[in-house]
Amino acid sequence: MPRRFLSLWFPYLLTDRQVIRQPALRDQAFVFAAPQRGRMTIQASSLPAVSLGIRPGMAVADARALQPELLVLPDQVGRGAKLLQGLADWCLCYTPVVAVDPPDGLVLEISGCPHLWGGEKSYLESLTSTLKAKGYHSKAAISDTIASAWAMARYGQQHIIAPDKQREALLSLPPTSLRLDPQTLDRMDKLGFSQIGQFIDIPTPTLRRRFGEATVHRLGQALGSAHESLEPILPKEPYLERLPCLEPIRTAPGIKIALEELLKTICQKLSKEKKGMRKGIFRGHRMDGKVEEISIGTHMPSHHPEHLFRLFELKVPTIEPDLGIELFELEALLVEKISETQESLWHSAGDDVTALAELLDKMAGKMGSQTIHRYLPQEQHWPEHSIREAHSLEDKPNTEWNTHRPRPLHLLSSPERIDVMVPLPDYPPLHFRYRGEILRVAKADGPERIEQEWWLQSGPPRDYYVIEDESGKRYWLFRLGIYGRGDPEWFLHGFFA
Amino acid sequence: MELEGFSASTQLPTSSLGLGPIESSFPGGGFPLGTVHEFVSLHPADAASTNGFISGLLASLVRKGGFCLWVSNRRSVFPPGLKRFGIAPDRVIFIDLKREKDVLWAMELGLKCSTLSAVVGELQELSFTESQRLQLAVEQSKVTGLLHRHNPKHQHALACTTRWKIVSLGSDLPDGMPGVGFPTWKVTLLKVRNGRPGEWKMEWKGGRFQPLTPRESRKQIHLSRDQHYA
Repeated sequence: MPRRFLSLWFPYLLTDRQVIRQPALRDQAFVFAAPQRGRMTIQASSLPAVSLGIRPGMAVADARALQPELLVLPDQVGRGAKLLQGLADWCLCYTPVVAVDPPDGLVLEISGCPHLWGGEKSYLESLTSTLKAKGYHSKAAISDTIASAWAMARYGQQHIIAPDKQREALLSLPPTSLRLDPQTLDRMDKLGFSQIGQFIDIPTPTLRRRFGEATVHRLGQALGSAHESLEPILPKEPYLERLPCLEPIRTAPGIKIALEELLKTICQKLSKEKKGMRKGIFRGHRMDGKVEEISIGTHMPSHHPEHLFRLFELKVPTIEPDLGIELFELEALLVEKISETQESLWHSAGDDVTALAELLDKMAGKMGSQTIHRYLPQEQHWPEHSIREAHSLEDKPNTEWNTHRPRPLHLLSSPERIDVMVPLPDYPPLHFRYRGEILRVAKADGPERIEQEWWLQSGPPRDYYVIEDESGKRYWLFRLGIYGRGDPEWFLHGFFA
Repeated sequence: MELEGFSASTQLPTSSLGLGPIESSFPGGGFPLGTVHEFVSLHPADAASTNGFISGLLASLVRKGGFCLWVSNRRSVFPPGLKRFGIAPDRVIFIDLKREKDVLWAMELGLKCSTLSAVVGELQELSFTESQRLQLAVEQSKVTGLLHRHNPKHQHALACTTRWKIVSLGSDLPDGMPGVGFPTWKVTLLKVRNGRPGEWKMEWKGGRFQPLTPRESRKQIHLSRDQHYA
């Protein structure tokens, strides 16, 4: 079967993406610019900008001279490549072989695909109109060779070149469409070659002597006599395993056996790729069409079937098989890389962190992960904000725990109002009432003033006192506000050991 | 006998946790590890003192780089406050649960995990049978359990090796010095298996437990010396 290729070109790739994000920019002339050799150079310009004569490669200053209201956005390196990769992934629904053609194109091998859309014409129209609906301008051409499709998509008017007709189609195209290097193009320009047709019939040895081997090779690629290779992208395979059953399964042991089987295969796959599961979901498709599912999360990526099984096992009783389950599915929704050291420790039995992570996973499985907390210091003075939660066991504190100021061992979740007897203006209380009991103050330290964090909240400062009562109990009190300015209130906020 | 659950070696591993004079009342001459200890507190301020004493023990129990578990259904521990007692607050994993049954379940699970060095549990009530379950869990793993009971209704016997009561005492400062001194407690060892119960006055000073020497007697020594010189 002859091979057919489709070349897809996005003339406004970056700016189209920006318009999709910010529809307000649709009719505005804007460009992406990046510094190049000490000046801001345009990398991509939108359709309205191009119609004003602003093209990529111009200096921003020159473009501003043409259009003073030009909007200049900073360009990020590698954004185009990322976008193309995403579009290539999407194109997999048209053909299994898709290759990225940087900087702004894709190449699809479509041999044997167009008849599913009712022919090449409707195939091409379906592709471009779907892209247009998404908001991307695109031009596409189908041909026998990659090079001729490339040339036609960018420089030609024809969309489909019939099999073995690429020679005729190329005749009127300019030499640049052959992807030649700039020196060769310059020389051709000097000699007056403005169309491929003018030199296509020159004998190969002469052409090689005049313009080099590369030109001959490129021309051969376009005509189909030289080979051009394609590097197709690999489709991302989801970590999904399925297990159909001969007979519907209705019992818990049956479900567990299915789960074990699925875990074994998925863990083999994960361990081959040195990856581990962070989030997993186990589904059972019931006879009556309903889907029962249970999901788990782990504290560290894991590809340990027994450990994962124990996590799922806790939730198996919540599955209602009803008439029976005929298909089981296990999917790893979140997969992370397992570091080498972690893996080597995995196999030595006494690894502390792994065993602990497994223990916490088990607790989270039963009680929910919101019950487990670990705290790290944060550089804030406001007591409630001086700690932050750690996300995993490997989180390390990035500042020291502060020990300069006394901090109580017990802190009430919200300060309790108390009545005090206090000498003005800044002395600690003489006595205070807490839970209906009058406590006389024997010793006191303070005050330690902590101001509100103005960027988060506003209000009066807190003046903290460490208080010891006559029986030796130690408290942390604070006064909210200052005497002489409003009416300060007193609170009990914690207990010292 | 073995079928009844008695093991041949009833000798527990012990370790000096810097408890000074208290250690002489333990059977092996050191704080018994790999078992469950019970602490009782009656007042919220005493609960803080008890947790302070517990954190002092944890500091030497938790090996460097190790983790310990703090299971509770009434947690008010403020992590930065732990630093004063020599334990890095980020090495403590807090499990906050609602029901006491869940606290016991989590504690038992933690006590079975031999990579932990200690598990602290805070709750109000537990039955003798439940305490036996905890004791059985530690016998295999040799993890030390510290059980803190807040304001319990009944003080019945439990299958714990010791029962402690920590009450805060007025801090001891030299005469005329302002402010609040070091954490000071009256430590009562109400019950200890094969040991001698007792009562001590301790303070946490310079990052370790120290027996409180009464200021009065120190002063008298000074006086008598002065008289001698006079």
